[in-house]
Amino acid sequence: MVIKGLIIFGIFAISLGIATYETYFERVIAAFIQDRVGPDRAGPFGILQPIADAGKLFFKEDFIPTLADKWLFILGPALAMLTAMMTSAVIPFGDSIIYEGTEILVQAIEVNVGILWVFGVVSLGVYGILIGGWASNNKYSLYGAIRAASQNISYELAMGLSLIAVIMMSSSLSLRSIVESQHGGNWNVFYQPLGFLIFLVCSFAECNRTPFDLPESENELVAGYHTEYGSMKLGLYLFSEYVNMFISAAIIATLFFGGFNYPGMDFVSGTLMGQFGETIGHNLATLIGTLTFFLKIAFFIFFYMWVRWTLPRFRYDQLMDLGWKGLIPLAIVNIIITAGAELSGHALLVNWLGLAVFIALVYAYSFLFTTKKQTI
Amino acid sequence: MQLTQRSKKTDKTPLTLAEKSYLPGIAKGMGITLKHFFSKKATIRYPEQKRYLGPIFRGHHILKRDDEGRERCTACGLCAVACPAEAISMVAAERVKGEEGLYREEKYAAAYEVNMLRCIFCGLCEEACPKEAVYLRHDKFVPVFTNRDQVIFGKDKLVEDMNNRYERDAWTKEEMQKLWEQQKPVNY
Repeated sequence: MVIKGLIIFGIFAISLGIATYETYFERVIAAFIQDRVGPDRAGPFGILQPIADAGKLFFKEDFIPTLADKWLFILGPALAMLTAMMTSAVIPFGDSIIYEGTEILVQAIEVNVGILWVFGVVSLGVYGILIGGWASNNKYSLYGAIRAASQNISYELAMGLSLIAVIMMSSSLSLRSIVESQHGGNWNVFYQPLGFLIFLVCSFAECNRTPFDLPESENELVAGYHTEYGSMKLGLYLFSEYVNMFISAAIIATLFFGGFNYPGMDFVSGTLMGQFGETIGHNLATLIGTLTFFLKIAFFIFFYMWVRWTLPRFRYDQLMDLGWKGLIPLAIVNIIITAGAELSGHALLVNWLGLAVFIALVYAYSFLFTTKKQTI
Repeated sequence: MQLTQRSKKTDKTPLTLAEKSYLPGIAKGMGITLKHFFSKKATIRYPEQKRYLGPIFRGHHILKRDDEGRERCTACGLCAVACPAEAISMVAAERVKGEEGLYREEKYAAAYEVNMLRCIFCGLCEEACPKEAVYLRHDKFVPVFTNRDQVIFGKDKLVEDMNNRYERDAWTKEEMQKLWEQQKPVNY
């Protein structure tokens, strides 16, 4: 019980800490991509910048507009933060720790519907934005909130469909068994390149990150759903976005990049157990696995920021086009290919073959039935 | 009809399949941003690192002395007349016997004040001065003031210190160009 509490506390602390430093790294990466150096005043290399930012937000006036719905206005950011923090509960951060003979999983709760839990909680997350935008009593906030809601619903479909292919491969909804089924270099990304691509694009949309940051598109909607927010309420909204980014990076790493698996992990854990004995060796191997997992998460967080400073925002109709006419049909095709591959018994080969055939067919179609591009 | 050499015709043909998937374009863009991520940064970290602003930068005012340490200013008032912001005011006085080492001519400025809130650093005082007495330094800014009584700079702040004389480091265009080339290349 105490240990469970400690793990939950640890995971909370880690996801908050990572989200804090995401704000710093977002600014540094943005600066680097724009040939600047970024924040470097607060502490060495500016590493105290997030604390300075948080301090500033705490001391700002906590303002509620007169015509706003006061309780919903407060509820919005609280809900956004709550749902963002709840998702990390089911992510398996590592294998297990052996402590006084009992095996403790490095995971807050191991439920057999893990990925459904993530989906359920993430789709609740849009309520935070929607309630905040509605309660602000401001047309720009409402526009932002409506955009967020419709965007999240549209992209959740494609996301869910691309996920079904993964579930078909691991035949389990539990995140831990999905990770364990990828043991030994059998990462899902090798089997599901198309599924990974769809999931990645959808996760950008789910996190409201550029190129899909329409809910807060600052040059059209002032600041979108958080136009009327200030002080730490705004801070919570922004912070929940960063926590969501961390969570979705973790989910991508779990589903497609083998979670805490890394090449040669059996050899490493075998050597460690031989060197330090069963218990310590196992715990050390778990630690290395956890570190690998965080490395993967860090890469995906970097990827999110990298994309943010590369791509411009989609137009709203382009966003809907891509979601409904592009990603959902592709996800369905992916399910069919995966189903065929699973039935054939040669999953890897048939997956790639099916994908190649699909691309060839689409290419042939576009070659035959669309006007050829002329060179000017 | 083509009006200029720079005009480009817009390509309005339908996108090919690869273009419609956005992916090649995204990959190309990501390559560009990654290149910039590792490239040299253009930032000059200001208070620690300072850029050479050139020999004709107009900064802090200075009242020059001549080589024997005598004040050059004769309080003729031409700078005050030239000043478009009316920032300069002065009180003239007659040199008495025994002060030949302090003031070059028979008349001198007993008080010479520049109101730094009014001054627009145009350099017209510099141009108006017939005695080559007032200059705007190229190497020093007027310090930040936080209070109204710090705004008016008197002779104590303006007259040149003989132990730390001010020299402009370039007088011609050629000398200036040489100095510009000497400073470290800035990557824009």
